[in-house]
Amino acid sequence: MARKRGRGLSAVNYPTGMNLGGDPSQALVHATTTGTFVVTLSSVDLGQGLKTVMTQICAETIGVPPDMVLIDTADTDTGPHCMGTFASRGTHRIGNAIVMAANEARAVLMEVAADELEVNATDLEADGKGAIHVKGAPTKSISVIETALAAHFKHGKTISGRGMFMAERSFPEPETGKMRPATCYAHACTIAEVEVDTETGEVEVLSLKSAYEVGRALNPKMVEQQIIGGAWMGISHALYETTEPYYPDRAHGPVDFNEYLMPGPGDLPEFGGVILERPASDGPYGAKGVGEMTANSPIPAIANAIFDAVGVRVDSLPITPEKVLRGILANEGALEPAE
Amino acid sequence: MARVPVVFTVNGTEAAEFVEPGAMLSDVLRDKLDLTGTRVGCSQGTCGACTVMIDGELILSCLTPAQRVNGKSVVTIEGVATNGELDPIQQAFATGFATQCGFCTSGMIVAAKALLDANPDPSRDEVVDAISGNICRCTGYEPIINAILSAAAERRVAKSA
Ligand code: FES
Ligand code: FES
Repeated sequence: MARKRGRGLSAVNYPTGMNLGGDPSQALVHATTTGTFVVTLSSVDLGQGLKTVMTQICAETIGVPPDMVLIDTADTDTGPHCMGTFASRGTHRIGNAIVMAANEARAVLMEVAADELEVNATDLEADGKGAIHVKGAPTKSISVIETALAAHFKHGKTISGRGMFMAERSFPEPETGKMRPATCYAHACTIAEVEVDTETGEVEVLSLKSAYEVGRALNPKMVEQQIIGGAWMGISHALYETTEPYYPDRAHGPVDFNEYLMPGPGDLPEFGGVILERPASDGPYGAKGVGEMTANSPIPAIANAIFDAVGVRVDSLPITPEKVLRGILANEGALEPAE
Repeated sequence: MARVPVVFTVNGTEAAEFVEPGAMLSDVLRDKLDLTGTRVGCSQGTCGACTVMIDGELILSCLTPAQRVNGKSVVTIEGVATNGELDPIQQAFATGFATQCGFCTSGMIVAAKALLDANPDPSRDEVVDAISGNICRCTGYEPIINAILSAAAERRVAKSA
């Protein structure tokens, strides 16, 4: 009867998106008469911050402030195609589509501005604040709003662009099965510290410290938010959540939030997260997918820490007190990792 | 069944409605009064998303028959800001990235307001206790706890100024 401490490590290579069907996503960008750039998508923001990051990507590519961009995640009946928001693919896939669409729209914007200023479009740049000026001559300028008005009412042009992301297909070699399932990998390393009660089998996570290599953190505060939320989800998957506690037997499955266990605000460990940036060559501004791996790397780290603490190797989730106690019993109470 | 009248104050304004006997306050707020900031996550008192205040006390509006609030004063998330100015708690949730999908946010903020109204200088444990009836699926709670603590400090400064 004791509380035993253990420490466990995990390392993860995490593919961004998937290979199926080229994993395509499309984006359309157009300017309204007054120079708001509307990005039309079928992609969904379910709280992960897609709209914010897509706004940043469009604004950066065109060279306008973020408040001149409007993300319209219309609906899947009317919007351009998107495979969906899953597999940590949003920032990378949809972001790439937006860069392409925004560049096409930007070229039209510059053509119209060039006509208005009677200069060459290649001599122009956008200042990121809502104006376009001749490189090296900031006073020779026109606002984005005036340019959009001119496009609509003088030049008869639509300032718009089409973009899509599609990965190069990879098929397995028949002999070896070898293939390239992904083009872009993020990386993670997590160290978990746990305390296991050998009498009750209960596991407490004391600390969870991770390093995440995310390509480029387009919005560092939101990456941090994913890391902390993901750490909690990882603990929850590792130790609490299941709909079938005696799978494949459906008995004793939870039916509501009273029975569906999750850690509460009082069960948090000490969190630590470090963001490493090694820009991806095929990512929008170097970004890779961050979301899901933050919930995945804690799980094997916690399982390893439990093994380190009491010598019990549990290979099914969640690692319940019952499984830990049965493991201790099976080891005849040795409480040490077997060599 | 004959409908019954209920008259109460919500966010400082009088509301008078005919409701089905046994209709829950959460449904009356959302469907009759169009106060859809209050969320319903479970309808059985286990998630905290529907938390509102009645005469300053926290209650779960999904378990409270609307008739029970006759003559009482209800505050929902829509009543937390004053004259269009966000409460320091709301501001701290925004600047502290304490919300993701937002489904828990209304209940969390109302619970935090009840705590800070009663206890302007709570410890971390007291904050944890105050939100332990509210489930969040997204944030990992840590940013929420930190936002409430920083809002508490902000409110104390505002009060002493
Ligand atoms: S909706 Fe009332 S507690 Fe969940
Ligand atoms: S922010 Fe999604 S449930 Fe709390």
